[in-house]
Parts: sequence; structure tokens; C-alpha cells
Amino acid sequence: MSILEYNGAAIIAMTGSNCVAIASDNRLGIQYQTVAMDFRKIFRMNDSLYVGLAGLATDVQTLDQLLRFRMGLYELREEREMSPEVFTNMLSNLLYEKRFGPYFAEPIIAGLDEKNMPYLATMDLIGAISKTKDFVVAGTAEGNMYGMCETLWKPDMEKEELFETISQALLASVDRDALSGWGGVVHLITPEGVTTRHLKGRQD
Amino acid sequence: MFGTDLTIDQDILSIGSSKHDAKSRPIGSGCLHAPPLDLNPTSFPLAPCPDPASFTRSNFASACGNSDSHQQVKFAKGTTTLAFKFDGGIIVSVDSRSTMGAYIASGTVKKVIEINPFLLGTMAGGAADCSFWERNLGMQCRMYELRNKKRISVASASKLLANTMSSYRGYGLSMGTMITGWDETGPQLYYVDDDGTRLHGRYFSVGSGSTYAYGVLDTYYRPDLTVEEAIDLGKRAIYHACHRDAMSGSINNLYHVTKDGWVKIHAIDVNDMHYEFLEEKANAMSS
Repeated sequence: MSILEYNGAAIIAMTGSNCVAIASDNRLGIQYQTVAMDFRKIFRMNDSLYVGLAGLATDVQTLDQLLRFRMGLYELREEREMSPEVFTNMLSNLLYEKRFGPYFAEPIIAGLDEKNMPYLATMDLIGAISKTKDFVVAGTAEGNMYGMCETLWKPDMEKEELFETISQALLASVDRDALSGWGGVVHLITPEGVTTRHLKGRQD
Repeated sequence: MFGTDLTIDQDILSIGSSKHDAKSRPIGSGCLHAPPLDLNPTSFPLAPCPDPASFTRSNFASACGNSDSHQQVKFAKGTTTLAFKFDGGIIVSVDSRSTMGAYIASGTVKKVIEINPFLLGTMAGGAADCSFWERNLGMQCRMYELRNKKRISVASASKLLANTMSSYRGYGLSMGTMITGWDETGPQLYYVDDDGTRLHGRYFSVGSGSTYAYGVLDTYYRPDLTVEEAIDLGKRAIYHACHRDAMSGSINNLYHVTKDGWVKIHAIDVNDMHYEFLEEKANAMSS
């Protein structure tokens, strides 16, 4: 088993019309043993920028701390919030610093840019950026999530429809994956603010 | 068998007869004077190489855990099964998930194998190995009934399966099963696995979630359980295993064995049980 699959995760982000949503499951396991059902994998960077980290739990938490630290420094020096684009490049650089001994986590970045346009990006564990306009997925249920997103996603969804779509895609995906699930969480990012909803999922 | 001559003998009636069977008797058959009808299908073709056992073991073994990660052919496994004897008979309770690596291949697998109206077998390990050899055991038990005009004892039935497992030892079969039933001596429970182990006991649990199930069984098991209490225990043990073990889940199938044979009690979604037990816990806390 790959070290990226040691703890298990499922994260999806999707774009809508002037909104983005990011969702993750709640499981933390040690291989096939489920240890916690309230593990956080999505982190708030600012009101219009969230990052999801799928992979080794210890690196997920370390990366969150590091990102918060570097964001804080940027905000103090620049006296403004970091844009999603800048954040993506910062994270990519941070990951490439450990090119020969990487953090075992794959990030997903979801947010709204300066013009309130949806922004989605993902990268591999050493920082190769890939930007998309529809959806991004990461985690042990990756294949399942691609299947669900390819069938359910359509362009220009309003926020309620986007929430419904991302929730169904996540829940259906984790029900066919042994290493993720046990409930989930969805963050809907709009220019007016962020709504967070908790999903009730299968407990097996 | 490779290289077995399949041409028709002088005797035109010898096709598939005892004469032919006696000629092509490869591994593990043990019995030199075979009956005309061969009960042990011991004539599987082996890999054409110097050490077929090791070839099979390293390429097709459905080993438990991650020891098959290098293999090209991966088998479905990951299970929780349990069975226990008590004053009201025997309870057999299993989950229904089948996984291939992290992928959940099915959530509706029947892991209790109904060998005949008085015998049940459970399935853990390789699905094909379990279902084939327990079906084969059913046939052997039926042959015993016809020959001896009485039902086979659970001790004998489990021994037939254990003997089959012994004859294929080292060939990478994967099977962890419990054979239960009611015979002339009352309720009986045996554990039989792929390396030929055969154990008699009051309760067993087999599979990746067995440790969780044992935790519940060890805490709440008593021989003087009522039937309702026993059903609840069987259900609860499977629920806790399914909750914590990623490779177990979906539906709980539960059987009760009495002197009149087995009865299927229920098939409940494990997720529904979660909320049932959660409510129960909340009520216990408030009172």
C-alpha cells in the first residue's frame, strides 16, 4: 500500500456560477482500521480561499500549519489577502522545496479570485500545478470521484444545485471506497460568504 | 492433468469410468481404491513447471492482509464472520462486503453457505475457494446420507473439509470457515481453515474484522443467553466490526440453528443499526 493511502481520504472541489464548493470525507484510519470519524482535511486560508489536503495525516496537518504561517507573513508584509493564484504558487514552491523527501499529500485549492470568479487548482505531492475549470478530485477514492463528477457536473450551476451535486458525488464515491467515508463536510464559497454543511454518511 | 492420455481404451465403455479415473489420479487423493464416483475433484490441472505448488502460491494465492500486493491477480476478501453455541442453539452472523484492495466490489455477498437444511458454513478468505469447497462438502455429505441412510455428524462433515484442505496444503488456498449444525449429539461448531486446522469450540470469529467481533463476544457472551439476547449479540458484534473495520460492512445476515435445522433470522443494513444503537446509548445516558 502506498503511503498516500495509509490514512485514507476523499476530497472534491467543483465550480458553479460565481461560486465554488469543496468537500471531504471525515475518516482517519490506519490502513483498514478506522481510528477517527471527525478528521479535518479541508482548511480555511481566508474567506474566499480553502485548501483540501489528501494523503498522509501527519503531513496534512504539518502542511496546514506551514501554509498558515506563510500566509500570515505575507499578510503582515503586504497588508492584503493572498489571491488564489499567488497561494497556488506559494504552495507549489513549498512542496518542491522537499523534492527529494516530499510531504505525502496532494492538495486541492478552491476559491474565488479578485473578480469573484471561481478558481480551482490541484497539484501532485511535489508541486506540479494543474488548473481546471470544472472539478478536481484527490484521495483514495479518486477513480470513483472522477466517475461521479464526470456524470453529475454541468457548467454554471447555482449554489444550491452545486451543493447538491458535490454532496451526491462525494457520498456515492466513498460508499464504494473502503478507506474513506464515515460522513463528510461541504464548504460553499460565494462572494457573500461561506456556508459549511455536514453530511451524514454511511458508518461502515 | 497435462499429458494425460485421453484416447478411448479397447473397452469402449471405459470413457470416464473408474478405469480412467484410476489412471489419472494426481495430488492429494490419498485413496488408492477409489469408488467409481470420484468425490474429491483432485484432478485440477497444475502449472507446467518444476514446482507447481510454489508457482501457484506466489502468483495466485489469495493470501490475507497485504501479502499479495506484489501479485498480478488479486482476490476479493475482507470479512467479519462469527458463530456461537448457546443453550438455545447456534447463532451464525456475518457481514456482506467484498473488497478488492480499497475498492468495494460488492455489498451483497452471501457469506453464509447453506450446505444442507442442517449444516451451515461461513465464508472468509477467498470467495471462490470457500464456495467451491463448501459446495463440494455438501455433495460429500449427501453421498454419506445415501450410503448410510442417516445424516452426517457435524464432526464428520468438518473433518471431510479439513481433510480436503490438508490435501491441498501449500497450494495457496485461502479459506477460514465455521461449520455448524445440529446432529445426534446436539448443536456443534467447528472452525476449519486452509492449512487444515480443525477446532471445536463454543464461539469463533473469522476475518479481518474478527478482533472487533471477539471484543464484543468476549464481553457479553454467556451460555444461558435467551434466543432474543443471542440474536442481539450476534448483530451487535457484526455492527462493531463493520463500524471499525474498513473491509467489513453493508448487510448483516444472521442465522439461528435449532434441532429442526437452520432458520434465517434477518438481513439488516449495518448503517441502520448504527442509529438504532446510537439512540439506545442516548437513552441509557439520560436515564
